[in-house]
Amino acid sequence: MAAISKIATGNGHGENSPYFDGWKAYEANPFHPIDRPDGVIQMGLAENQLSFDFIEKWLMEHPESSLCTAEGVDKFKETALFQDYHGLPEFRQAVAKFMGKVRGDRVKFDSDRIVMSGGATGAHEMLAFCLVDPGEALLVPTPYYPGFDRDLRWRTGVELVPVVCESTNDFMITIDALEAAYLKAQEAKLRVKGLLITNPSNPLGTFMNKETLNNIVRFVNEKNIHLISDEIYAATVFMEPEFVSISEIIEEVECNRDLIHIVYSLSKDMGFPGFRVGIVYSYNDVVTNCARKMSSFGLVSSQTQQLIASMLSDDDFIDNFVSDSKDRLFKRHKYFTWSLAQVGIGSLNSNAGLFIWMDLRKLLKEKTFDAEMELWRVIIDDVKLNVSPGSSFHCHEPGWFRVCFANMDDNTMEVALSRIRNFMVKHNETVVPPRNKLWRRTSLKLSLSRRMDDFIMSPSILSPQSPLPQSPLVRART
Amino acid sequence: MGLLSRKVTCNSHGQDSSYFLGWQEYEKNPYDEVKNPKGIIQMGLAENQLSFDILESWLAKNPEAASFKRDGQSIFKELALFQDYHGLPAFKKALVDFMAEIRGNKVTFDTNNIVLTAGATSANETLMFCLAEKGDAFLLPTPYYPGFDRDLKWRTGAEIVPIVCTSSNGFKITESALEEAYQEAQKRKLRVKGVLVTNPSNPLGTTMSRNELDILVNFITDKEIHLISDEIYSGTVFSSPAFISIMEVLKDRKLENDSQVWERVHVVYSLSKDLGLPGFRVGAIYSNDPIVVAAATKMSSFGLVSSQTQFLLSAMLSDKKFTKEYLSKNHKRLQKRQNKLVSGLEKAGISCLESNAGLFCWVDMRHLLSSNTFEAEMELWKRIVYEVKLNISPGSSCHCTEPGWFRVCFANMSEDTLKLALKRLKSFVGSITINNQSHQELKNTRKKNRNNWVFRLSFQSFHDREQEER
Repeated sequence: MAAISKIATGNGHGENSPYFDGWKAYEANPFHPIDRPDGVIQMGLAENQLSFDFIEKWLMEHPESSLCTAEGVDKFKETALFQDYHGLPEFRQAVAKFMGKVRGDRVKFDSDRIVMSGGATGAHEMLAFCLVDPGEALLVPTPYYPGFDRDLRWRTGVELVPVVCESTNDFMITIDALEAAYLKAQEAKLRVKGLLITNPSNPLGTFMNKETLNNIVRFVNEKNIHLISDEIYAATVFMEPEFVSISEIIEEVECNRDLIHIVYSLSKDMGFPGFRVGIVYSYNDVVTNCARKMSSFGLVSSQTQQLIASMLSDDDFIDNFVSDSKDRLFKRHKYFTWSLAQVGIGSLNSNAGLFIWMDLRKLLKEKTFDAEMELWRVIIDDVKLNVSPGSSFHCHEPGWFRVCFANMDDNTMEVALSRIRNFMVKHNETVVPPRNKLWRRTSLKLSLSRRMDDFIMSPSILSPQSPLPQSPLVRART
Repeated sequence: MGLLSRKVTCNSHGQDSSYFLGWQEYEKNPYDEVKNPKGIIQMGLAENQLSFDILESWLAKNPEAASFKRDGQSIFKELALFQDYHGLPAFKKALVDFMAEIRGNKVTFDTNNIVLTAGATSANETLMFCLAEKGDAFLLPTPYYPGFDRDLKWRTGAEIVPIVCTSSNGFKITESALEEAYQEAQKRKLRVKGVLVTNPSNPLGTTMSRNELDILVNFITDKEIHLISDEIYSGTVFSSPAFISIMEVLKDRKLENDSQVWERVHVVYSLSKDLGLPGFRVGAIYSNDPIVVAAATKMSSFGLVSSQTQFLLSAMLSDKKFTKEYLSKNHKRLQKRQNKLVSGLEKAGISCLESNAGLFCWVDMRHLLSSNTFEAEMELWKRIVYEVKLNISPGSSCHCTEPGWFRVCFANMSEDTLKLALKRLKSFVGSITINNQSHQELKNTRKKNRNNWVFRLSFQSFHDREQEER
């Protein structure tokens, strides 16, 4: 019997991880305010759903941006035929400009280096194919996005070696950690070809300071290995200080530019994961040329290129959008973290991303990953929230969870928070001695009135949100 | 540079092939009726440009699909967020229905067995990752689409072993050719995992006969290997014989319940040729093996179809009135255009392989070669590109084993441009004929009075040359 490949039958796709189990639980019983009020609320999906109204307004005002409207149809034929892997020039220029804007125009991006890919997913795999041979390794700081296990390794045969980061210093990457990882790889007889960082970080929601980035640049130059900087969350930095991109660092410190590659996408900053707009931006000419040829396997639909070119070249709109989006992320993040703090839940201080890195270590029965899994099952099955356990991100310390906050409307957020409050109250009742009960009730009352004062005037609470998804598209996911 | 992967430095991307070099020359000097009337006419690109008016008229009548609306409501947000690799259900349904319609509804397709990919390019590569280990081989009938060298081999590490087809029988696949290819693979110590055919064929423009399909099914059954049928041109069959899909053959032979064979047959499809939408990157894998479907679905993450495009096309393809009208008009136009090319070539003393599908003809220019060699083919090709200013694809780039065949596309230009191309070709052939005659005279009188632009003829004997080529 003709066998199918090992790649097809093996587990390299990574979907047996608990990261995806939670999603499956959600799919089986998804929350809906009317149809399924006891369903699981999805907090494991890092989507940015807060600013679609801006986009929709722009679309209505710009019918020519669509190929299919009367205003845009004269471009239909040439666009439908356009499969050049160089990409539509207007698309590349608009993306390059956008990337510059998101970095405060402190750097300029060359549109000729913009290479398309099937989302950041495709970009990562493509870079792995370009930079690493099967059996060789990439270093990746933990905790990291679970998808990397599939994207970088599955079909490429590449190995990943973790750079262990710890809560003691807020999970920052240290030179010691980098060196230790490199040494470990050598001991395992793995040739290290590069270091992959996600900056801002998923799942931490933090970004790297200049000192860390300088250290990293020095490290990769010393070892003569590549640096891939996944900057997919660049425009989600909602609070000072400003984001510093690797593209800025290499202008300031000595660096072999042939080692530097950036991965980008519009899935998080714009909230367009469905449009599959991934970008590889390499400072290495050979890599750029090769990646461009490989992009044939995941080009961006020219229909989408056309739309994006149109949208991103509208300077006024984009400037406003980015700043408004950050504003909404800031408010949502602030409200969410504050509400959690009220019930004694802390999280890593963060100022970027679409999630928080929640600290539930004190809720663990013991400091083990088994205990983390137990707690996680309780959160899924009893509290009915899909959050992502730290172990699925290869975190070295049990008790951390990634919780997404930007993929739901205000009402759903309230429901989620009330479930968390109820859970914490119950938990504290069983764990904490009774005399604290009074304090807690008072603080809860306080928290409610505080909430009203601080947030009642916030437009994101009161203004009518877009209707909860009721289209067959969403139902189809279940 | 030891710092980059071997994939970067090797040539498996295939872009040093003449197939792509011709394109490059075209890019440097492209024909334009007004701006560059002496430029190179592109006849190397298998695009279908004949029926855009039908598409555009549908768009004009269906403004909702265009502007992210359904029943008056904006669904932009849902679409922008939709990245489920299972694909938009409405689109998959519309697509399988369309595929069935193209096959005269003699077969039906199950939406659970279809996987959406970024073009057939991605579909073919993904299937390789699913079916072959590094170093395994797939057998492909020659001549074949040059892109397969990249799509099937580059990042997968798989190998291609040719099934040699020749003009002696119209390039049809024979049992002996299949066996020989299999033996060749074994000789090279390659494990054969399957056969991949393109039906209708690129570059031949012909549909496979039932006999050929039966031979294939027998072969893969006997050898216990896979069969991939790339049916990307299934909607371009414009005259008889009618298209017979591999699925139809399996059904007729009652093999649905023989999972051994049934689950080893996979179909690749795309909307790039039938609907003329290569820019939208819509490809699909159809497999009867649930494990392949599951694995391919996960792999499609690396190249999903934009949800914006899925939505537009689900509306378009669900409009049965539209699909019926489109398929019928498109066929008529392709037939008319192919006839123009064939008769124009005939007037220039050039014949083609009789074809009933595709966007190109497989043209026989063996009589124009200075010798029966690939060197002579390259010489002729360069003259056609640089002097006649037509970009056509030499048979060697399609791995044809006989020199002198060229693929010439006819559906990617206006009728006037085609007329001009034929005119240029006719005068070129005329001038060669004159020059060949006069050269014979010169040869006879032993006078060597060459002009630079006359064919450089070789004086070696035919046999010596042939040995050199091997």
